[in-house]
Amino acid sequence: MSAVAVEVRPPLWRRLIGFNALTAVVFGIGGYYLGWFIGHHINGASVAYLGVGGIDQNDLSVFLGYFLGVAGFLIGMGFGVYPWARLRGYPPSLREKEQQGVGRYFGLCTDHKVVGIQYLCGIGLFFFIGGLNAMLIRVELLSPARQVFPAGQYLTLVGMHGTMMMGIMSSAILGPFANYFVPLMIGARRMAFPRIESLTFWLLMAGGAILTTTIFFGGFPTGWTGYQPLNDQANTGMDSYIVFFALVGISMCLLGLNMIATIVTMRAPGLTWSRLPIFCWGVLSTAVLQLLAAPVLIAVLGMAMLDRTAQTTFFIPSGGGSPYLYQNLFWVFGHPEVYILALPGFAIVLELLPVFARKPLWGYRLAVAGMLGVTLLSWLVWQHHLFMSGINSNLRPFYMLSTELISIPTGFTFLCGLMTLWRGQIRFTVPMLFCLAWFFNFLIGGLSGVFLSDVPSDVTTHGSFFSMAHFHYTIMGGLVFTFFAAIYYWIPKMTGFQLNERLGKIHFWVMFIAFNSTFAPLFAAGFLGQARRDVTYPAHLQFINDWVSISAFVLGASMLVFLYNFVHSLLFARIKAPVNPWSSLSIEWQLPSPVPVHNFDQIPVFTSDPYGYGEPSRPSALPAASPAGGSS
Amino acid sequence: MAPPAVTPASPSVAHGKRFLIAWIVLSAIATPLVAIFLGPAIPPGNDSVQASEQVFSNTVMVSISTPVCVFVLLFLLYVFASFRSRGSALVDGPPIRGDARIQLIWMVVTSATVLFLAGFGTYELLKSGSGGGQGPNAAFQPAGYKRALDVQVIGQQWEFTYRYPTYGGVEVPHLVLPADTLIRLHVTSLDAIHSFWAYQLGVKADANPGVDNIVYVETKGPLQFDIHCAELCGLWHGYMFDTGHVVGASTFAAWIKRQQSYFEPVMRYLPPYATNYLPDPSRRAG
Ligand code: HEM
Ligand SMILES: [Cu+2]
Ligand SMILES: [Cu+2]
Repeated sequence: MSAVAVEVRPPLWRRLIGFNALTAVVFGIGGYYLGWFIGHHINGASVAYLGVGGIDQNDLSVFLGYFLGVAGFLIGMGFGVYPWARLRGYPPSLREKEQQGVGRYFGLCTDHKVVGIQYLCGIGLFFFIGGLNAMLIRVELLSPARQVFPAGQYLTLVGMHGTMMMGIMSSAILGPFANYFVPLMIGARRMAFPRIESLTFWLLMAGGAILTTTIFFGGFPTGWTGYQPLNDQANTGMDSYIVFFALVGISMCLLGLNMIATIVTMRAPGLTWSRLPIFCWGVLSTAVLQLLAAPVLIAVLGMAMLDRTAQTTFFIPSGGGSPYLYQNLFWVFGHPEVYILALPGFAIVLELLPVFARKPLWGYRLAVAGMLGVTLLSWLVWQHHLFMSGINSNLRPFYMLSTELISIPTGFTFLCGLMTLWRGQIRFTVPMLFCLAWFFNFLIGGLSGVFLSDVPSDVTTHGSFFSMAHFHYTIMGGLVFTFFAAIYYWIPKMTGFQLNERLGKIHFWVMFIAFNSTFAPLFAAGFLGQARRDVTYPAHLQFINDWVSISAFVLGASMLVFLYNFVHSLLFARIKAPVNPWSSLSIEWQLPSPVPVHNFDQIPVFTSDPYGYGEPSRPSALPAASPAGGSS
Repeated sequence: MAPPAVTPASPSVAHGKRFLIAWIVLSAIATPLVAIFLGPAIPPGNDSVQASEQVFSNTVMVSISTPVCVFVLLFLLYVFASFRSRGSALVDGPPIRGDARIQLIWMVVTSATVLFLAGFGTYELLKSGSGGGQGPNAAFQPAGYKRALDVQVIGQQWEFTYRYPTYGGVEVPHLVLPADTLIRLHVTSLDAIHSFWAYQLGVKADANPGVDNIVYVETKGPLQFDIHCAELCGLWHGYMFDTGHVVGASTFAAWIKRQQSYFEPVMRYLPPYATNYLPDPSRRAG
């Protein structure tokens, strides 16, 4: 490894050949056309033979194109190399592909810290695209009557925004931060499955690209839920939705699996379950949900795909199928999914509060119980999305109860968070501000959720902008705010450079105020009768909508402040961050920034949890700072 | 890193007591105000029995939310004011790791609130289904449901039409209902899923192909109400709205008679009245 420094670098063109992102894209496009070609031939022949369907409906070609495209992409990235080597009898190797330089960010890399940064940038890219869609939606809604976008394009925007956000942001915390910090926090040198770790990232990127290509196929009209039978009616743009979400499902499932395996099996000596940082508990609960919920999604999308290509009738009433089946399966996945988005937020808040309140986490066990309780209960509530659908109406009291029961474990998180602040020494740093905003946002999100879980109130609010405002308060207010908290908190460790604090504060205040000014009025709009996913709305609601749109543009602008801060601080200003700028007791802050490739020279031995603020000082892990030394 | 100084866990001011008193006082002021002024102002209004029930439910929801909201916000404000770190020196807070009594109280209070909410919601639902779709075997029937007037709502891309089985199954393009009558709406669809949302009546029920989704609504006086599709159903979903009317009994009788004669020539071509319809398979993948 020490030879790296003296190696003569080959010319650029030579370095571009090999398994990397460029090859992957080329192979991906090639695979797409191959699949499309095969599909067209199968479809044409079978149509001629069976005399059914229509040749113009070539969903099969699109699906095969996407599948072979993804396969080509992964092969080009180099995911075939190791399995192939093993097949030829080479011995197993746990890690490889850990070269230096920027090149490693554009390929298969088994260093969990590289994957973390890849995730951060990749998710940022698609979050930006999803955000742009939101801005365009708000442009359209400036006027109830004048249409900027045709109705079909508008639905595509809504659907792309929702699907992109739900799909990509499911990994918003686990992808960048759990991949980077869980191994450090548990004193490990890697994740349990380093290649799968990289695979989850590239699958997500392939998915995001595929969803974006829906615009070439006419978009899709169903929103992020993809309800049948509309799904089956829709043109080939729907296939992008199906393939995207299935890839996200596979990525999520593997990500969850990897996290569980890592946290369960790779903890350093002394790191008992009751010393595990609360962040890891949150990751673990989320991972359980991901592992178990994503397969349901993949299955239901597979059935939808068969309905669209092989002419099965799982969801087609006239063929004996049932749209209820789709709704049920979708929400069996869908409700855990919303907690996949919410739980990492809890975890970040509870992890950061002790650092900035300079107090131990209050009620550690209760906080853990809260997260596990949410994990369990979130399986029992899915039909609260179907209160008006006429399915199992006699079971509605049960779903009402189970949904409201979730507020109990969620309340634990609130109690533990609030009591950690109580009598603390609070420092209002940028990450802390984002965490504190979580309390406000999630409070509103949670209380509005109680309206939606109460059947009589849900009759008024279901399918209206009220529910739209509700889930933005929980997801945007609960997840995206903590996502930024995590960025501001951990970027100094991940890159070794400081973010500008002033700009961070400006970002926070603009975002917080604009966020509330965007979504709070939408509760009123919903109550006043504005339905979701509508290109028009009653004329008397124009004032509210204009207000909301303008606030949304400010909200979008606050993201640009962040982007500027991020790019400028990390690429141009490059002010070295102290090793432990927050004086945190957590182990990752005792390592140098950025963390060396193999993390620890000597695996640490844990003696307590990382929350011993104000307690007689003793290191929580021995040897406290034992990074991999020297050159790596 | 030098170990930061530790503040002695001072018994200090009775912060807890002070906060609790402030919370109780503020909630005691805010909750009745919300219940009396804000709650009843929440839509959908009082134009049907079911709408009134929803207003009542919404009132109870905001009223219960108020003390919770006050608790968290006041707590945050109190904490920001009293426990901010002053000066640049890094000082640790007292190492309090929990308090079994507070945890227990919190669990009991939140559980009681939640159980009350679930019980209350169920009780309200039992009365008549609160205007929500109940599927083919409606269990939450209002008193006198046997004499309810049946009206069918048929969603299709992209309009609603209405059939009156009691009046020979006549199908009309705009909904008219008699005043002060218990109505049983049978909501169904011919293609994608729609949702029939009659805003002022407080009615919302999904229209599924092949499903008879029953919803009860008891009209009050004459009224003009907005109808909107509340489930994404394709391209022109946003334009799937209509205006309905509740009219006096004699006006209704005259109106339905007119419709019967007006649509008489068309009736021969309509399929016979059924509680649900299946989508036309030839429209698949259209
Ligand atoms: C930049 C701030 C955002 C704005 C201004 C915004 C705005 C909107 C708007 C206007 C809609 C369409 C409402 C409708 O007509 O039904 C929508 C839908 C949605 N948004 Fe956002 N949004 C933002 C951020 C987010 C984030 C961060 C997430 C999740 C991580 C998210 C998830 C969704 C989902 C799931 C839908 C539903 C799409 C559907 O109906 O299928 N949004 N948003
Ligand atoms: Cu749910
Ligand atoms: Cu509709």
